[in-house]
Amino acid sequence: MMNVKTMAEWAQAGEMPEVLFWVGCAGSFDDRAKKVTVAFARLLDRAGVRYAVLGPEESCTGDPAKRSGNEFLFQMQAMTNIEVLNGYGVQNVVTTCPHCFNTLKNEYPALGGQYTVMHHTQFLDNLLKTGRLKVEGGQFEGLKITYHDPCYLGRANGEYEAPRSLLHSLEADLVEMKRCKSKGFCCGAGGAQMFKEPELGREDVNHARTREALETGASVVAAGCPFCNTMLTDGVKHQGREAQVKVYDVAELLEQSYQSDKPSS
Amino acid sequence: MEWISSLLFALALGTGGVLFAGKVRTLRRNIQLGKSINRSDRPSERWALMARVAMGQSKMGGRPLAAFFHFLIYAGFVLINIEVLEIVIDGLFGTHRVFARPLGSFYPVVIGFFEILAVGVLAACVVFLIRRNGGRIERFKQPELNGWPNRDAHLILYIEMVLMSALLLMNAAEAHLVNPAHPEGAPPYVVSRWLMPLFAGWDPGALHLAERGLWWFHILGILAFLNYLPYSKHFHIVLAFPNVWFSKLEPKGQLDSMPEVEAEVRKMLDPNANPYATDDSGAAPARFGAKDAPDLNRIQLLNAYSCTECGRCTSVCPANQTGKKLSPRKIMMDVRDRIEEIGRRIDQGHETPTEAGTPLLDGRISREELWACTSCNACVEACPVNIDPLSIIIDMRRYLVMEESAAPQELNGMMGNIENNGAPWPFNQADRLQWAEQG
Repeated sequence: MMNVKTMAEWAQAGEMPEVLFWVGCAGSFDDRAKKVTVAFARLLDRAGVRYAVLGPEESCTGDPAKRSGNEFLFQMQAMTNIEVLNGYGVQNVVTTCPHCFNTLKNEYPALGGQYTVMHHTQFLDNLLKTGRLKVEGGQFEGLKITYHDPCYLGRANGEYEAPRSLLHSLEADLVEMKRCKSKGFCCGAGGAQMFKEPELGREDVNHARTREALETGASVVAAGCPFCNTMLTDGVKHQGREAQVKVYDVAELLEQSYQSDKPSS
Repeated sequence: MEWISSLLFALALGTGGVLFAGKVRTLRRNIQLGKSINRSDRPSERWALMARVAMGQSKMGGRPLAAFFHFLIYAGFVLINIEVLEIVIDGLFGTHRVFARPLGSFYPVVIGFFEILAVGVLAACVVFLIRRNGGRIERFKQPELNGWPNRDAHLILYIEMVLMSALLLMNAAEAHLVNPAHPEGAPPYVVSRWLMPLFAGWDPGALHLAERGLWWFHILGILAFLNYLPYSKHFHIVLAFPNVWFSKLEPKGQLDSMPEVEAEVRKMLDPNANPYATDDSGAAPARFGAKDAPDLNRIQLLNAYSCTECGRCTSVCPANQTGKKLSPRKIMMDVRDRIEEIGRRIDQGHETPTEAGTPLLDGRISREELWACTSCNACVEACPVNIDPLSIIIDMRRYLVMEESAAPQELNGMMGNIENNGAPWPFNQADRLQWAEQG
């Protein structure tokens, strides 16, 4: 049981945390993504970051509604969330989900929500660079890792370096897929596709992307998005390679580096 | 006799110019059928972007071979226009190679440079024909290119080859003639001298006829090509510039907000709002999202006219590349064809120009295409002139969802969950902190 304080508890104590950790729906409810949430929270604790979560006061940012074309529902969600956030005077937000990140950072300002929003890989990279978090190197030496750019972190917001910088600091052997960074190929989940069956085609998008990841020969596929994580994990299973190849969030890898045994590879 | 030639030339030039201006006006009118949008903030950033992306072609680099030959044609087009200026002056005032005297011995160097460019353009056209027909490049084989788009693409290359050949042949014919007026600027020039044998043994009368004939053919060909442009994908050579200037400068992931929705939502959330209030502004309620081309904004329509159907968007689209029906290029072509159709109906005097023909939604673009998009922005990133097909797809989804409630069933379920418990899945909002128990 982690000791996680909600914004309400901080406010009650008359204190303001450094940053609000926006957990997101996947991070709250999806069993796989919950592990990423825990890993990131442990890293925050390790670095001594005074953070809060909203807990039951958090609600979907509205991203999948907006991308489905339901601007009404999106704005209802956004305005409700903004009321909560502004009520607490929140200024800094960090989130493990690039979709929440994009929506909070880019689409809330027009509706009255102005925050400094960071993706957790950016936040962790900062913690390393400022020395608040130190990597105990060596754990990942020689381990081949490939990184999949989430569309909503990469192309959508131009952040390609923070997650790579983290992987480099782990001394992992970072191998790129043939389509990466601004040319990265989608996992197939964005634009609310996560919540529906794909249209008829030759194959599923995540299978195509997973093939590219496997072609690198990496034994770990690093992700920075709960939906990419799901899609790639399914893709690896589809290829029957789940025994050899694991999909981890970048935060999980960093968190594993503090543990005594190497990640299974 | 000289004045007859000048008069004919002035007539040809005037007719070409007037016809072109007329078509450009029509095109502008068609673009203005769209909703107005204000996107002229940060002008200095926009000029810089236009210089880099449109003039500097910075986004072409991903495919170096195509980029090189495309740049050759571009440079040829821009620089050979200097020679066209000379041709126009000569035509209007009955002069001959009017720049030769002021430029002196530098003139053959300039013309020689243009001739080398002309050869470059010819070579590029050949390379492009091979690329287009070689069957190895997927984006040239997509079904949306069948018929006119494919003929248009070929026609452009053929016309450019014919025009460049006319220029070189004209110089070659003239090289056999003595020009006592200003011998320092007279041919032979660096490339056309190799074509001189084609005219070997011709008597001066025939040579003169050939030179004049090719001169007229070349300039009339240019005027005809100018008037072909607005009917063709090739108009991108003009529209690429304003199109890039009006690019979205916000992060690609940022979808536009809808102020008309905001007003409604604020009322819904305001406990003091009068629930019986009616809108007495008298204005017809605007349609949410886009069902047909005029529901789009003017920049989206400009995007459609600026598309030169290269298919880079489609070649990186995850939906298209895994065999789904969606093709971002087709979306742009459909929008352009539809707004052209509506424009034609206006010209024919129809009072309700949008109520016939093939509408955008369901007529040209199917729902299956729209729902296949992952909003990954690969198409937007790939476009060399910053066209944004994604914004059109989202606007059409907005119409489907907010006007017709016609989302796929699973998405309705997802949205119902968000409404009821604040998450796309049916979990209780009160359980949002349960993850901490695992930690």
